[in-house]
Amino acid sequence: MDFQIALILGQDGITNGAIYALLALALVLVFAVTRVIFIPQGEFVAYGALTLAMIGNNVFPATAWLLLGAGVAVAALDGLGALRAGQARKLPRVLAVNVGYPLAVIALLRLLPLAELGLAVQILLAMLVVVPLGPMMYRIVYQPIAEATVLVLLIVSVASHVAMVGLGLLFFGAEGYRTPPLSDARFDLGSLSISGQTIWVVAASIVLIVALALFFGRTIYGKALRATAINRNGARLMGIPPALAGKLTFLLAALIGVLSGVLISPITTIYYDSGFLIGLKGFVAAIIGGLASYPLAAFGAVLVGLLESFSSFWASAYKEVLVFTLIIPVLVWRSLTSHHVEEEE
Amino acid sequence: MKTALSPRLVLAAFVALLLVAPLVLPAFYITLLNYIGLYAMVALGLVLLTGVGGLTSFGQGAFVGLGAYTTALLTTSAELPGWLGWAGGSPWLALLVGLVFTCVVAFLIGKLTLRLSGHYLPLATIAWGLSLYFLFGTMAFLGGHTGLTGIPPISVFGYELRQGEEVYYLIWLFVLAGVLTTSNLLDSREGRAIRALKGGMVMAEAMGVDTARSRMVIFILAALLACASGWLYAHMQRFVNPTPFGLHIGIEYLFMAVVGGAAHVWGALVGAGVITVLKQWLQDLLPKLFGTSGNFEVIFFGVLMVLVLHKARGGLWPILVSGFKRFIPVAAQRRAVDRDAVALPRRELPAAGSVLLEAKAVTRRFGGLLANNNMSLEVRAGEILALIGPNGAGKSTMFNQVSGVDTPTSGEVLFLGESVVGKGSRTIARMGMSRTFQHVRLLPTMSVLENVAIGAHMRGSSGVLSAAWRMERSEEARLLAEAARQIERVGLGEHMFDEAGSLALGQQRILEIARALASDPCLLLLDEPAAGLRYKEKEALGDLLRKLRAEGMGVLLVEHDMDFVMGLVDRVVVMEFGEKIAEGLPEDVQRDPAVLAAYLGGED
Repeated sequence: MDFQIALILGQDGITNGAIYALLALALVLVFAVTRVIFIPQGEFVAYGALTLAMIGNNVFPATAWLLLGAGVAVAALDGLGALRAGQARKLPRVLAVNVGYPLAVIALLRLLPLAELGLAVQILLAMLVVVPLGPMMYRIVYQPIAEATVLVLLIVSVASHVAMVGLGLLFFGAEGYRTPPLSDARFDLGSLSISGQTIWVVAASIVLIVALALFFGRTIYGKALRATAINRNGARLMGIPPALAGKLTFLLAALIGVLSGVLISPITTIYYDSGFLIGLKGFVAAIIGGLASYPLAAFGAVLVGLLESFSSFWASAYKEVLVFTLIIPVLVWRSLTSHHVEEEE
Repeated sequence: MKTALSPRLVLAAFVALLLVAPLVLPAFYITLLNYIGLYAMVALGLVLLTGVGGLTSFGQGAFVGLGAYTTALLTTSAELPGWLGWAGGSPWLALLVGLVFTCVVAFLIGKLTLRLSGHYLPLATIAWGLSLYFLFGTMAFLGGHTGLTGIPPISVFGYELRQGEEVYYLIWLFVLAGVLTTSNLLDSREGRAIRALKGGMVMAEAMGVDTARSRMVIFILAALLACASGWLYAHMQRFVNPTPFGLHIGIEYLFMAVVGGAAHVWGALVGAGVITVLKQWLQDLLPKLFGTSGNFEVIFFGVLMVLVLHKARGGLWPILVSGFKRFIPVAAQRRAVDRDAVALPRRELPAAGSVLLEAKAVTRRFGGLLANNNMSLEVRAGEILALIGPNGAGKSTMFNQVSGVDTPTSGEVLFLGESVVGKGSRTIARMGMSRTFQHVRLLPTMSVLENVAIGAHMRGSSGVLSAAWRMERSEEARLLAEAARQIERVGLGEHMFDEAGSLALGQQRILEIARALASDPCLLLLDEPAAGLRYKEKEALGDLLRKLRAEGMGVLLVEHDMDFVMGLVDRVVVMEFGEKIAEGLPEDVQRDPAVLAAYLGGED
């Protein structure tokens, strides 16, 4: 390996690492607020990328039907709840938000000349379709068992992941897609050629991380989420509904997932089941941060990205093995450094 | 009223059905039953791991692969390295090698990951499940993605099991052996230690259970069951490739355990059956329905799982059992206590008046908070010492320091003249200190008898294998007899076979005392034993403690009920804000101005 190749691999590693960092942040956030280990995070990456690809190919994205289905389910749950509580006047709003919105999105997708829209509008459309699936998923899958153990929540996560992969195959088929890069520019820095896409990815990640930091530091909703992460019961007593915190968190996680999908799909071909491995790499990073520290998780993500790109050069057959085996020394280090007394229930 | 069937008869009927099945069913169903058996073995391991032990693995598929690939390699490879030459060619020797190999691998993986708290372990299993799967596919000598072919059939006494219905009997023999071994194990001293894992490490360790070992035991057992399933699979299929050992299958195994009923050994069979049959059916139906081919059944399974966990977290088995019992009553299995069992040997109690426990200048800081500051106290044999103080005074923290749950920042704790700082509660429990908990830590679904028997854990010694094959029944009888004695001693005799969770809170506290006594301690630490007791019950508790004192036991008591404390104890230590503010005879302490100020608010 010469310096030239090392630079290229390093660039690849950092690009992917930036995306893993975003996913790791989302995973840490979801776990901290809801105690859910969000395995389906990767599916939002794939759904986002593939929905964009469908729109780009002038095909109606079938994820919109999932949006409608999920919306109907949420409307049924919330509507029944409202009726039981004798609050029938809430019904119109429940229906408008959960059924009206998906219908509007479907109408939009049917009416607009999808392929002729600019990339930015296409990305926006993809987000309109996929991002609301996050909070809807929380409402349907997690909210009814929000008080269950981490283990039960994890098994539910895995079940949702499996179902979403199956649906992904149904929606998008077995074929993989790439979306057009956000920029075709290339910049030459000495012997190194940096692609515009790389700059987009790294810049978007940094912007998103800063935006999240501002959200959590400066806004009332961000602070409410932080409060819930520190102490759920305490936050509830202060008037922060856990269900709201959960939905908001899942909204952010879905948003981050879709954006990651948009950023990664010009670099890597995305298949209906690609999300899982991408999400898991975010997990390795999140675990490096102990599922608690954002900066450590981001650092871990870059480490994972670099390890992945360099191992694909040296031992490409063992690329995945090496990345996932990295988790073992990390876990050992974690287990040796953390000593905790069991908390009273 | 119909007469109740005995559980044995139900089991015998089930075995009889299994025996005749190949004679009446067409080959297709036999193949299906073969797969159900193979999957059930893996799911059984997960029942032990997840439902009973509270651990989870998504990576069991990889252990199945270890078993399958080991035997495939050993029975087909023409050139084995010299040191393995003896194992070549014979499936049975390959099974042995596979089990040993799996044991080693599981031990290493377990060493690395089992220490981790709850959610890290399943994540780690995803990681190694993926890694092993990728390794199966990339290693040239394992045939890459095409795999290995030409695996010979298993032969039993020279008879080759080539047909589905021939290997069927072997598979179901393995399944039944697995079920029997597992349920034997769970109904034993080791089994109670395993079931105690779910009640939290602190309680189990305080009863002398080596929780790290118990976790390792079930992890390895689950891996071995998976390995044996893989061995059978390889010789049934006669070829192996990496696909059936991937993570998605590992997830499916977990689904089987959860859907079937993860807390019951038979749940594994139900789950494996339901998922396998459904899969078969959906794989036919869904592609026709959707017009394209693909594994769409996973959508259905995912939704099914979520529904099961929302609506019936116990799985299908408990529902089936209660449905079955409605039509055909089955007698409940009740543990018999053998009153004639030889009593367990007892510890020699130190002479009355000798110092049992001595805490010297114990300080515990949590960051900036001084929970215990320069605390000293002494408990002697044959005395009851009360540790009192307002809420938040640091009494429970002090308990944790002396019982080894926590380690003091500075200071010294001597038990029987030996320093126990940093020793861990298990070691201290072995030395003769036992305790109860302020927030009751029982296993609510286990009987009172079994809960108390956990206390006697360290007075037995039989291991996993003897428990699995029922060679420890005389020791088991002695342990249960001891537990029964302690239950009667504290006055819970009529509740011996009730579920511990069905008792009133006050009775649960008394149960904890019986559990502590079952370990034959010389020092008893009681954390608010009288809370929630009625007047008569308090009187009985007081009498019991007096009797224990007369026998020479030392008791350290944290209590808020002053009437109860003052009429009972020999000396009192009063804490406030982590420090000792008074010590002495009950009547002196009651008049101490500092104590009055602490409880009633002082004059400034």
